[in-house]
Amino acid sequence: MIGFLTLLRKEILRFWKVGFQTVAAPVVTALLYLLIFSHVLADHVRVYDDVPYTAFLVPGLVMMSILQNAFANSSSSLIQSKVTGSVVFMLLAPISYRAFWAAYVAAAALRGLLVGLGVYLVTLAFTGVRLEAPLWILVFALLGGAMLGTLGVIAGIWADKFDQLAAFQNFLIMPLTFLSGVFYSIHSLPPFWREVSHWNPVFYMIDGFRHGFFALSDVSPWKSLAVVGVCFVLLSALTLELLRRGYKLRM
Amino acid sequence: MSPAIRVAGVAKRFGATQALAGIDLEVAEGEFFGLLGPNGAGKTTLISALAGLVRPDSGHLEVMGHDVQADYRQARLKLGVVPQELVFDPFFSVRQTLRIQSGYYGIRRNDDWIDEILANLDLTGKAEANMRSLSGGMKRRVLVAQALAHKPPVIVLDEPTAGVDVELRQGLWRFIRRLNGEGHTIVLTTHYLEEAEAECGRIAMMKSGRIVALDTTANLLRRFGDGTTNLEDAFMRVMKEAV
Ligand SMILES: Nc1ncnc2c1ncn2[C@@H]1O[C@H](COP(=O)(O)OP(=O)(O)OP(=O)(O)O)[C@@H](O)[C@H]1O
Ligand SMILES: [Mg+2]
Repeated sequence: MIGFLTLLRKEILRFWKVGFQTVAAPVVTALLYLLIFSHVLADHVRVYDDVPYTAFLVPGLVMMSILQNAFANSSSSLIQSKVTGSVVFMLLAPISYRAFWAAYVAAAALRGLLVGLGVYLVTLAFTGVRLEAPLWILVFALLGGAMLGTLGVIAGIWADKFDQLAAFQNFLIMPLTFLSGVFYSIHSLPPFWREVSHWNPVFYMIDGFRHGFFALSDVSPWKSLAVVGVCFVLLSALTLELLRRGYKLRM
Repeated sequence: MSPAIRVAGVAKRFGATQALAGIDLEVAEGEFFGLLGPNGAGKTTLISALAGLVRPDSGHLEVMGHDVQADYRQARLKLGVVPQELVFDPFFSVRQTLRIQSGYYGIRRNDDWIDEILANLDLTGKAEANMRSLSGGMKRRVLVAQALAHKPPVIVLDEPTAGVDVELRQGLWRFIRRLNGEGHTIVLTTHYLEEAEAECGRIAMMKSGRIVALDTTANLLRRFGDGTTNLEDAFMRVMKEAV
């Protein structure tokens, strides 16, 4: 238990020490999205009748920030330890692979949630959003952060170099988040792309998360919870199996 | 009583390289043991297998009677390894590094022992310095400190003195000798054979993944020398005779 807590503390310290880069900067990025998209699209897009576009945008941006930062945290921390070789200290220690996984995922989710909270607070200066069902907000925030945290562990283990990680980020994480309805409702998409979006787990995270704010969503939050929950369990099982085998960590 | 280290029939291949070609070895508790061999002999691979960093293709390894795979937590608790590579986490200070290290092994408050290690390794003045700012020799000393943070009964040092200045080397050996005197088992690899001759009671010489000589230091000097030989001459003869 102390081993797990130490690893968790180390992972938190790691991003907190450079909080300007890891927490403040992503908040500013999300704010820029909000300003630009709400300015350009506010008059053209109306997703739900009684929700202004700027308000509609907020949950999507918050969730996107949670996901991207959770992923960035575990993946970059792991690859950094691999490249510097300091991963050896964790591998030598009597820490179980489950504790290792839990510490990385928890720290990643925490960073995601901190950034998400920051984005939410900053957007309050521009628009108010309702908080119809806070429990859904919390559930999807936690699950989203944990899921991308565990995906980050997979990417960090798999990648040997930083550019492989960048590829993972550019060709998987970014398209999944951008094509998930952050900036629009998928109902405004042509049928083909709407169908494609239904295969994107991130769509369900954002849709369920948004339901917590407006009590309005494209699909039932229970369905979203089921999809996201199953994805999280599957990804976690894969991560744990890779760690158990020592894939790319123990020769 | 089980030996501190037991290696039985361990083989490991990396692609075309047979890094370990069937190693059998026992090191008793309290020994000061030397593992010698030319570059690429397999010393680091053997240590890595003992530490669970490398999974052998066949064979078994135990630390203080605990199998390093099946009972990995106990085995790792009993083992402290100084890696050969100069690795460090650039995010932390020396003291933070050692506190984190202690926590990994389940030790919450360890500052008294940490201070003692730092003093013995002449690092007290650098305790709050960031790892990044240390010289190579100082980083090496922190690696030694990290391996000792949880007071492991078995301490394995993979070339601990590479790049370390004379004065510190002597200080390091004093400290390690003291730990050995208190009952810790020491396993050492080094290319400075006079160090091995001075410190080690027993020595294994490796070549191409095999142990080609294994005896007390005194016996090795007797067997492969004429009474005036040093360990370096003995080592050269062993290597020449081994095929
Ligand atoms: N991860 C690896 N992948 C491929 N080959 C490896 C790997 N690790 C070690 N080897 C090979 O295994 C052999 C033994 O290497 P090892 O590092 O154990 O030698 P060593 O005795 O520690 O040498 P040195 O004195 O240079 O440290 C070498 O031929 C090395 O190239
Ligand atoms: Mg070596």
